[in-house]
Amino acid sequence: MSNYIKLIVLGLVVVFAAIGSNYARDLAYQVHAILVMLIAGGLFIWTLRNTDEPDILVDRSAEYMDDVIRYGVIATAFWGVVGFLAGTFIAFQLAFPALNFEWAQGYANFGRLRPLHTSAVIFAFGGNALIATSFYVVQRTSAARLWGGNLAWFVFWGYQLFIVLAATGYLLGGTQSKEYAEPEWYVDLWLTVVWVAYLAVYLGTIIKRKEPHIYVANWFYLAFIVTVAMLHLVNNMTIPVSIWGSKSVIVWSGVQDAMIQWWYGHNAVGFFLTAGFLGMMYYFIPKQAERPVFSYKLSIIHFWALIFLYIWAGPHHLHYTALPDWASTLGMVFSVVLWMPSWGGMINGLMTLSGAWDKLRTDPVIRMMVISVGFYGMSTFEGPMMSIRAVNSLSHYTDWTIGHVHSGALGWNGMITFGALYFLVPVLWKRERLYSLQMVSWHFWLATIGIVLYAASMWVTGIMEGLMWREVDANGFLVNSFADTVAAKFPMYVVRALGGVLFVAGALIMCYNLWMTVRKAPAKEASLTVAVPAE
Amino acid sequence: MEEYTLLRQFADSWMLLVLFAFFVGIVIWVFRPGASKEYKDTANIPFRHADAPAPQQDKPATSKEARQ
Repeated sequence: MSNYIKLIVLGLVVVFAAIGSNYARDLAYQVHAILVMLIAGGLFIWTLRNTDEPDILVDRSAEYMDDVIRYGVIATAFWGVVGFLAGTFIAFQLAFPALNFEWAQGYANFGRLRPLHTSAVIFAFGGNALIATSFYVVQRTSAARLWGGNLAWFVFWGYQLFIVLAATGYLLGGTQSKEYAEPEWYVDLWLTVVWVAYLAVYLGTIIKRKEPHIYVANWFYLAFIVTVAMLHLVNNMTIPVSIWGSKSVIVWSGVQDAMIQWWYGHNAVGFFLTAGFLGMMYYFIPKQAERPVFSYKLSIIHFWALIFLYIWAGPHHLHYTALPDWASTLGMVFSVVLWMPSWGGMINGLMTLSGAWDKLRTDPVIRMMVISVGFYGMSTFEGPMMSIRAVNSLSHYTDWTIGHVHSGALGWNGMITFGALYFLVPVLWKRERLYSLQMVSWHFWLATIGIVLYAASMWVTGIMEGLMWREVDANGFLVNSFADTVAAKFPMYVVRALGGVLFVAGALIMCYNLWMTVRKAPAKEASLTVAVPAE
Repeated sequence: MEEYTLLRQFADSWMLLVLFAFFVGIVIWVFRPGASKEYKDTANIPFRHADAPAPQQDKPATSKEARQ
């Protein structure tokens, strides 16, 4: 019966998308309509072929739903490499403008590729990592199979469709020009549907849990899911110009729009890239270190302090703008206070290894996790410092900001995700161990040196550029033109791009290692718990 | 009184107090007597049920059964 409803819905979607591709007012919308038409048509045929077939009901309640997580792990590694490659390419574009090829103008120049890079690493790489690990963690810590049956599959594939629509939209010019919220209205609506399904699967699993307590990692994941839903809805309140076009107009205006954008933007960092990944930290570091978290009490205080403070920090993106002074002071003060829970969490993660520090020498996976927590501590120190108005007057609009973002994103988010992938692949594919620990070490050092090159060159170029912009001569005239700063930054841009090359190289080694783990590492039959033996 | 001023005054007086009291309450609650023992058990959740969910029961599982 449900198949008939599915067929009707899919059929209507195909017809609507076909009409849309005909009436489309712009290229992005047209390509998306054709894409949706083909996908819905394919699903229609697939559903039709399975309709009225005898149902084979298998009771799988006694095992975890791991196949969707395996897909998530592959998607994470794939989108990671895509996003890192895009980032490295645009880094070279900045150093060598000739790489903005004339034949690709309007599609693959820096302005089009930059949102592709940020969304690919944050939402495609980070988002898939969060969805996959949250599904893994919530099942293990609830001692229950995922709720909702195939709804988890809908979440996975629906999210991939969101990524493809967003990425192709950027290249073809479909963007609402809000940082980290570029996708246009219909892509936003689709993400809302997927996200509600995600929340339902997650919450449903927690509700049917067999453990009396909700483990702290789940609190962080849940805060991430709920807050991102709220941010997404408020920041994307747009009215489409036409139902047949991608252009839409935001209902907020002026400084309110700017404030809502950075309330969204900073909490995307706070809840997507911090709370969600802290959920990862609170599960995978104890697992890999084979000891419980250092202080469970601290983890609870960490959680509440973090979510109470982060939500106020957004205004520090708008110092010296039309934003009222009190609002930017509020943002600055809360950013500085935020330092404390961040370091509380860092200490909790690091001290989990107390009594097992020797593992750092023998287990490169735990080394990766520890350096990610180290980068978390470093960038959550740098962030509050940069939010102080006096510092911000030097750092804002310079490459220092980009360096800060990357020490957090590459160091903290990247490294903890790599650690989680190294943990998950042997467990999910039932292998005794990783294919090669030596390759993990190579990945570790390539990525670390890459980040150091990146962050250091951006510090130098950012501070230099900030100082050049404010330099005045004896008569009060500005000394440097903008082009002077661009010329002076060239060597640092080359170093930054080389750092990116090292980081990508490490990620490729990881992909090969994970691939060979599935192909070649000895299989494991009895227990799947222990991933990597510390030699 | 206009709406903005009203909301603004409420936000930086009573609402601020409620949020702050809630947070202080959590810190006190975390250090309540007997918490350490309970948290020790909770902190070990990742080391149980790594391979398969807890067995199904007709009646809701108690905390004891989930330990097995």
